[in-house]
Amino acid sequence: MSATVVTPGEAVQAPEPESSSVNYLNVSHTLRSWLLTGDHKRIAVLYLISVTFFFFLGSIAASLVRIELMSPNGLMMESETYNKMFSAHGIIMIFFFLIPSIPAIFGNFLIPIMIGARDLAFPRLNLASWYMYMIAGVLVLMSFLMGGVESGWTFYTPYSSLTTSQVTLCLIGLFIMGFSSIATGLNFIVTIHKMRAPGMTWDRLPLFVWAHYATSIIIILGTPVVAITLLLVVMERMFDIGVFNPANGGDPVLFQHMFWFYSHPAVYIMVLPGMGVISELISNFSQKRTFGYHMIAYSSLAIALLGFLVWGHHMFVAGQSMYQGVVFSLLSFILAVPSAIKVFNWTATIYKGQVRLQTPMVYALGFLGLFLIGGLTGLYLACLATDVHLTATYFIVAHFHYVMVGGAMVAFLGALHYWWPKMFGRMYPDSWGKMSALLVFVGFNLTFFPQFVMGYMGMPRRYHYYYFAPEFQPYHIASTLGSSVLAVGLILPALYLTWSLKYGKKVGPNPWNARGLEWETASPPITTNFEQIPIVEHEAYDFDHGPIDDTWDEESPIRAHEVKR
Amino acid sequence: MSAAAHGHDHDDLVFHQFEDLPQQRESYIVGMWAFLVTEVMFFGGLFLAYILYRMKYQPYFFEIHKELNIGLGGLNTVVLLFSSFAMAMAVYSHQMKRKKPTLGWLTVVQLCAAAFLFIKLVFEWSHKIHVGHVPWAFQWNEPGVPPEIAKLFFSMYFGMTGLHGLHVLIGMIIIGALQYLIWKDAYSVKDYIPTEMIGLYWHFVDIVWIFLFPLFYLMPQ
Repeated sequence: MSATVVTPGEAVQAPEPESSSVNYLNVSHTLRSWLLTGDHKRIAVLYLISVTFFFFLGSIAASLVRIELMSPNGLMMESETYNKMFSAHGIIMIFFFLIPSIPAIFGNFLIPIMIGARDLAFPRLNLASWYMYMIAGVLVLMSFLMGGVESGWTFYTPYSSLTTSQVTLCLIGLFIMGFSSIATGLNFIVTIHKMRAPGMTWDRLPLFVWAHYATSIIIILGTPVVAITLLLVVMERMFDIGVFNPANGGDPVLFQHMFWFYSHPAVYIMVLPGMGVISELISNFSQKRTFGYHMIAYSSLAIALLGFLVWGHHMFVAGQSMYQGVVFSLLSFILAVPSAIKVFNWTATIYKGQVRLQTPMVYALGFLGLFLIGGLTGLYLACLATDVHLTATYFIVAHFHYVMVGGAMVAFLGALHYWWPKMFGRMYPDSWGKMSALLVFVGFNLTFFPQFVMGYMGMPRRYHYYYFAPEFQPYHIASTLGSSVLAVGLILPALYLTWSLKYGKKVGPNPWNARGLEWETASPPITTNFEQIPIVEHEAYDFDHGPIDDTWDEESPIRAHEVKR
Repeated sequence: MSAAAHGHDHDDLVFHQFEDLPQQRESYIVGMWAFLVTEVMFFGGLFLAYILYRMKYQPYFFEIHKELNIGLGGLNTVVLLFSSFAMAMAVYSHQMKRKKPTLGWLTVVQLCAAAFLFIKLVFEWSHKIHVGHVPWAFQWNEPGVPPEIAKLFFSMYFGMTGLHGLHVLIGMIIIGALQYLIWKDAYSVKDYIPTEMIGLYWHFVDIVWIFLFPLFYLMPQ
């Protein structure tokens, strides 16, 4: 058949019945057909490539930081270089990996398929969001190359408005990145509200979609606030306005309030999609209807709502009122409840399920353990008295890495391994997958658990050297060793997944015997996702009604795991 | 390739991802409102900062605000309110599928927007720049009011009215594009929804000014 490219805003010819071998990947091959695509699946692949690129840049910065800290006197950098290095690590990882990773890749690819739609509501906006991401990325990388940014990813004033490093350019890049994020969130909200297939009620939405709905609400409520905050810093640098500068009558603590009003909820922009992934993995690899579906769904919304009320816990020692501190502390404790609801429900889902320990499930179990530690140590920091001791130490570094890396990144890898055969139609070797999942888990714990200990003992964060306290060196060396293990665990998937693109075993529509509309369409899906819009008759994770599709590949290595059908 | 060429069984105004025209219209309107939510939060950050500083420095802010020209601000309020009426009429005309009135009312909106910016820039801003109220070349000789607080006030004034003015300017560009497309009978504006969406945006810009005007110009002692 004639190749059909979906250009944004243009209509597409319906696929012909004999087109089963034509899919979104091979429907056309020109570079132009990728760079001007309106197909949400192709945009997801573009995002996958670019997000992976930025992830490796951020990882290199992290490795350099870790190597530097092996010696109490530092090994190779000036203090200023070190500041620029951890700033680059934070800025790249947060704004260019964690925030867009799961929503822009997997949300983009899967939400329309999961709800039975042909595409997102606004394909052109979707493509524009990728271009804004790339422009933002180029600007931020330029700011690093032209001298770097040494204010950390938080850009606290008055330092960020006074320093001569490339803060202005970097902030303009992040401002554009905000628009990219907003475009994605807005697209998801409209799509989930208005484009669900017949029968796909809110009660039947996959939990992945619920999580992205909650995430999108945070994105469109929070991102504009940080956008205006960063813009004010830029104006302060360019036009000497005085909103945050005490010399001009302003108040630097106001910057912290406005910054954390976004940046604390942003933690949930990073981790809620990951929780959505975990809900899918746990239910499908336990072959069991998810326990407490509604509780998991509503707890996502509760996290989105409560997440906006706790920003002050970043400022317990920044001079805010003690009474504010008490309220923010209480609310932060309450915020642990919906997260705990999720963890308990996931555990109950596994209970008496037919658990299959394939790669994605190994990641999901890793997530449970790491997120549990990350979440519980968060309570130490939500508590006023202990926070005064722990704030700005390595304890806090370890805490948010357990949530961000142990939570969001591990969920990202789980999602990558779970939907990889759907996205590219080929399976990677499961044993390699499991091994690297294990390496990630071990390497991660070895990297960050010692940081809890030395943080508790008083090692401050963001210090270039610690010759005043050489007793911390063993912990730093353990941490650096762990990060090399972690690096191996991250390089391996990059290798075998790339290998599998050409040599992996081809799979059918449903290699995992999973439930959900995405497993009812071809792997890889056709451009319009479905031959015709499906009609949904069952709730999500309906394992009581037998497999929806029996056509999986007999040769698939997964077959061996099918103890029961 | 026109949308008429596709294979789904719905009429030719509908893009391929939608099932039918009502779904498409609703999606666009929901999307526009979601965008306006982001705009509210965007301006909300500025309003928050302004209100906090005004609570802190109210007596000084009262003295400083006398520098602003209530007459010109009030005139601009009337101009913008009338432009919102014209925009409502433009949307109504497009819904009625009447091309000339649609274009006419949109032109009225354009004229109002231009008048607003003209008054703002030529009569208000240029005067204040001339007497040295812009933050990067700030001068303040009034005794009894600390210069850094006056500078803060004018930082907020220029920041907020400037951002609002930028929204007016962007609105003019978008409305200009819409007028061109309607004039050319372009396919994408056959349905009235683009006009409706731009109308929502315009009313939002109007409402921002409705808050800015009393906050800056009509200050109680």
